[in-house]
Amino acid sequence: MSPLQGCLLLSAALFSVGLVIALARSNAILVLLGIELMLNAANLNFIAFWRFHSGAAPATGVIFVLFAIAVAAAEAAVGLALVIALYRHQKNLRLQEATRLRG
Amino acid sequence: MTFTFLILAVIILGSALAAALRPNLIHCALLLVVSWLGVAGFYLWAGAEFVAFAQVLVYVGALSMVVLFAVLLTRQSRAELRVDAPETRRAVWAVIAGVAVSGVIGAAVFATKWDPAPVTAPEVTVRGIGLELMGAHAAALLLLGVLLTAALLGAVVLAAPDRPEKEEKS
Repeated sequence: MSPLQGCLLLSAALFSVGLVIALARSNAILVLLGIELMLNAANLNFIAFWRFHSGAAPATGVIFVLFAIAVAAAEAAVGLALVIALYRHQKNLRLQEATRLRG
Repeated sequence: MTFTFLILAVIILGSALAAALRPNLIHCALLLVVSWLGVAGFYLWAGAEFVAFAQVLVYVGALSMVVLFAVLLTRQSRAELRVDAPETRRAVWAVIAGVAVSGVIGAAVFATKWDPAPVTAPEVTVRGIGLELMGAHAAALLLLGVLLTAALLGAVVLAAPDRPEKEEKS
């Protein structure tokens, strides 16, 4: 098994764990953390291809990951603000009970 | 395929799996911080030092604090930190979906013919990254600044309490 394959398999496993967390847990914060884990797995793929695969300009993979990290930070800030707004409206974070869009 | 990579993989996947199983919300958050640290270690191992430091700063430093603040702001008692275990039916379907996704990706990875030529590590300095960001990707960098500003303003608007006159009306 080449290093690239190992990295891709690790990334696939990490993505699946994030998917399971996002699908199985009912707490809004945990679902958000699962999504962050999936984003991390995607970044891991960028770095793996940048390091172990030829054909791109030298800095492409690094810059891709830097932009992805910045967008993930923005997404997490908005997501946690939504979590706090959800808590103010229904006094818990169970996603099964969050069935209304209007406050 | 080195020993370091295996250790990093065990740290990343082990802490993420443990986070998927723990009932305590704070434990989950801290275990995921360990997982993010492992990913930063992977970046260091792959030779992308700048990305590793960005990962530590953004995820391990800032995002974990924001998540812990959210956890502490949205609980009323100590008992509430224990979120209920996932319902069996949903958990089973989630695991099936996860196994299916990783199976498909794994099969694709093994089925693809990779270029067997050995690859030399790309040489990237921080200076080079800065020049690229301010040169070829300057427009994207500016857009990213606008996006971050808009996202933070939106977060403030969403999380701020309703204005008092609204409460009087209702």
